[in-house]
Amino acid sequence: MIDKIQALGHAGLTICQHLGLSGIFLFKTLARRPRPGEGFKLLREQIYTVGVLSLLIILVSSLFIGMVIGLQGYNTLQRFGAEQELGQLLALSVTRELGPVVTALLFAGRAGTALTAEIGLMRATDQLESMEMMAVDPLWRIISPRFWAGFISMPLLAMIFNMGAIYGGYLVGVQWLGIDAGSFWSNMQAAVTFRMDVMNGLIKSLVFGFVVTWIAVYQGYFTVPNAAGISSATTKTVVYSSLAILALDFVLTSMMLKGW
Amino acid sequence: MHTDPDILVAARNLSFERSDRLIFSNINLEIHKGKITAIMGPSGTGKTTFLRLISGQLTPSSGSVTVSGIELCRLRLRELYKARRQIGMLFQSGALFTNLNVFENVAFPLREHTQLSEQMVRDLVLIKLQAVGLRGARDLMPSELSGGMARRVAMARALMLDPQLMLYDEPFAGQDPITMGMLLQLIKKLNEALGLTSVIVSHDVQETASIADYIYVIADGKIVGQGTPEELFNNITPAVRQFLRGLPDGAVPFHYPAKDYEEDLLS
Repeated sequence: MIDKIQALGHAGLTICQHLGLSGIFLFKTLARRPRPGEGFKLLREQIYTVGVLSLLIILVSSLFIGMVIGLQGYNTLQRFGAEQELGQLLALSVTRELGPVVTALLFAGRAGTALTAEIGLMRATDQLESMEMMAVDPLWRIISPRFWAGFISMPLLAMIFNMGAIYGGYLVGVQWLGIDAGSFWSNMQAAVTFRMDVMNGLIKSLVFGFVVTWIAVYQGYFTVPNAAGISSATTKTVVYSSLAILALDFVLTSMMLKGW
Repeated sequence: MHTDPDILVAARNLSFERSDRLIFSNINLEIHKGKITAIMGPSGTGKTTFLRLISGQLTPSSGSVTVSGIELCRLRLRELYKARRQIGMLFQSGALFTNLNVFENVAFPLREHTQLSEQMVRDLVLIKLQAVGLRGARDLMPSELSGGMARRVAMARALMLDPQLMLYDEPFAGQDPITMGMLLQLIKKLNEALGLTSVIVSHDVQETASIADYIYVIADGKIVGQGTPEELFNNITPAVRQFLRGLPDGAVPFHYPAKDYEEDLLS
């Protein structure tokens, strides 16, 4: 019994320790002095790796998700003779929830794991230590550009996801199932507000981008420097990011619906 | 703090603990300027840890390690990085950046710390690559290099900022005889030509002894022998003799501490 209580206490302390360490790590990363010329070059490279290379999976997924919502929505709405409302259903569900959440989950799987594995491997092969020995700060050179690249890329990817999904729904609803294009678009335009729907979705994706990239770079930086350690760190990135995204989505949605 | 201007690195009453295990216990050693000093000992005695203590990556549990009279582990980040420009370190794995080619790997410290023109960077990198015999390999990626070549590139990179002190972590581990000979010659030549002070951590006895001016043998967290290679080969201390002659059992036991064998099998 005592052992179990002790193990529980130990687990609690370990969690607190990790939270504290990740907070300090984040603070140190954010507090690094920016160097405009070189910093911008590093950031640009990382935006390409983290953001541009994630475009394909985001675009393809968004099209299919939009098409599925189109099909399901049409089948449900036509029972009530409300199939013309498909545009509204599609746009609201995508901009408010699916856009930021699914993009973040895909981003964690595609870019988050890549970040963790890359940084973890650099740790395991002494690349980070050798950088420190050459008097180059890895937090500035490696972590900071990756962190900001994730933070900047996520909302842009979410917006692209929104457009892809709406186009997918349009293809199914209008082009295939024959809903009137005029009512599809005008219903959507009438129902979606920039402040409440698009903007809130954008805020969510900013928060998710921040958290997912933070988790990914933290797990990579503090990985146990061997094959099992890197494997465990990448798994943790996906698990923790997914849980954080879903939990934060609930918190943010409830705050947004209450008008903050 | 020491005052002897000939001493570059000094450990005073150095103790270091990790995970409740005592790695070093009250060690005193000195590394003289311009010399090649080897730190040898069986695997797991903390030789690499000692290099990390010198470079300020680790902090001693008690005592001190100084470089030019300065304790690196006590410095603030900016001063620490400034001090580290005077230290080059060759990692066992080479630790080359896998996304950069040989040229860019060697140019990395210059690009980070200087504002030199591209032509100047090119010339300096080629000079260093020529010194390690790899000027022709400048366009190769690290994955295309053999282990020995990777170490030579890493050596060129470590020398890029013209350090005073070079730390070599197991430079000969896993190398074929030709590469080993090449590395030995390179370490010795560079030490003489550039007026460096070199610290080699290794367990390759004959090879290291052939170029070292002074050797410390560490076992069980203590210095068990020290001297010039000749003095050390005449040393009759059991741990030193066992290590230098490669005897499987002796002062350093073959078996990891465990309970009685018979008792263990029958339990």
